[in-house]
Amino acid sequence: MELILLVFVFVMAVFLGFELIQKVPSQLHTPLMSGSNAISGITVVGALLAAGIVEGSLGKWLGFAALILATINVVGGYMVTDRMLGMFKKKGK
Amino acid sequence: MEYFINISYIVASALFIFGIKMLGSADTARRGNLTSSIGMLIAVIVTLLNRDVNDGNSLSFGLIAVGLLIGSGIGMFAAKKVQMTGMPELVALFNGFGGLASLLVGWAEFAKEGNFNNSEYPIFTAAAVVFAVLVGGITFTGSLIAYLKLSGKMGGAATVFPGQKLLNAVVFITLLGFGVVFVVTGASWALYIVIALSLLLGVLGVIPIGGGDMPVVISFLNSFSGIAASAAGFVILNNVLIVAGCLVGASGIILTIIMCKAMNRTLVNVLFGSFGSSSSTSQEVDGEMKALSVEDAFYVLEAAQSVIFVPGYGMAVAQAQHAVKELAEILEDNGCEVRHAIHPVAGRMPGHMNVLLAEADVPYEQLCEMDDVNAIMETVDVAIVIGANDVVNPAAVEDESSPIYGMPIINVHQAKSVFALKRGQGAGFSGLVNTLFFRENTRMIYGDAKETITGLVSQFKD
Repeated sequence: MELILLVFVFVMAVFLGFELIQKVPSQLHTPLMSGSNAISGITVVGALLAAGIVEGSLGKWLGFAALILATINVVGGYMVTDRMLGMFKKKGK
Repeated sequence: MEYFINISYIVASALFIFGIKMLGSADTARRGNLTSSIGMLIAVIVTLLNRDVNDGNSLSFGLIAVGLLIGSGIGMFAAKKVQMTGMPELVALFNGFGGLASLLVGWAEFAKEGNFNNSEYPIFTAAAVVFAVLVGGITFTGSLIAYLKLSGKMGGAATVFPGQKLLNAVVFITLLGFGVVFVVTGASWALYIVIALSLLLGVLGVIPIGGGDMPVVISFLNSFSGIAASAAGFVILNNVLIVAGCLVGASGIILTIIMCKAMNRTLVNVLFGSFGSSSSTSQEVDGEMKALSVEDAFYVLEAAQSVIFVPGYGMAVAQAQHAVKELAEILEDNGCEVRHAIHPVAGRMPGHMNVLLAEADVPYEQLCEMDDVNAIMETVDVAIVIGANDVVNPAAVEDESSPIYGMPIINVHQAKSVFALKRGQGAGFSGLVNTLFFRENTRMIYGDAKETITGLVSQFKD
């Protein structure tokens, strides 16, 4: 049952994702891409769960590596997007 | 605690949704990014409360802290250091890391137990692992190749060889075969083969794609990194991974479609057509290219009432955006109306030119979209094309036999006069002759774009 629910959530999220950004001005394409790229670093949650387990040392180290990579993706992605958007924002005089 | 964690995940997902929505409009974009980063922070913190993670084992916690610190440090450093011209390759690199992380999460879940016999849905979980590894692996090496091409560490041209498509197909089918073996038998060697072939497929998939098609590829890989995260979410049955990954996957696809439309091509054609390599069409063009000196260009600009700049990848290469901004300001002070017309696929990633001009402090209101500019093109005195080529090639609207016929372009040829800043007389990335350069109202200004514009600026100052 839980699996069916997750598949349901997945399908809903597909439609939502399509709806959300139908009309984005092209000026914002780069920040949109790097901002959503940072969100894809959500896999950090999976990495935390994997790195936190005790048994099976290979799995733990794989999780540790995933944690570093995903954190780079998340932190770098958000910060660079913010930097870009800061440039867009400060004019308009 | 379980309930609390799951409710927090729902809150995080909602923040991601709002965040993406707000990224779609200039006024709210920065807050949108902040909103989604708060969602991420919530997701990370509550995960640390999970009893599997927080089991009182200090080694686990210390390790996690170290991992978070290293990752944040590298991420912060890269984000602060990068030049705006280096943005496409940095986004590609981050994207690749995300993909590899999803691959590793899938693999780690298998390595944890050695099999999925304890899983509620052993076959489904194994299939999800294969999918996460496949998509994550392609995202990783594909993004890495894109990074190398964008940063110039590898030639930007398409690499093609006979039998390429056949090889890719064989690799893909073999991969699927071993994926099935893994799902059925649970043998770890089968998974290792799947991992290796996925990584190979990412390389093979991106090498035949030329530099000018990079905006499409980057958006597509961005979408893939989301799908990989979503697949990893199915491996560990975690709702926030599924929702967030899926949102990114879907929005990345939309962006990809927008890019393809802007080139009047299909995604299949971009991915498998290797456009930039094959066309060797030699057309006959009437007229000749007429050169113009910087001094003469100055006299024309001094009298101009309305000027538009049309930047392309060449502006990024020459790092000319600050000079462009300076010239634009001088022109405005001279009573001239200035706009920057930006084609959706100009540069090497979606919105590339906007970022560069924003870095140079060009007012947001001066950045115009293609359709708005085309509507007033006939009233424009001078259109200055800076390192753009195919996106201003009138063959796209006039010559039905042209490979780019039907692609929407910025109609600079309708302006009263056109200055094309160009290094030499060669063709653009597509290898097509640009008929714009041979037109009656076009003048070529050869040389480095930055030097040319700086030259114009100093003429005004004298």
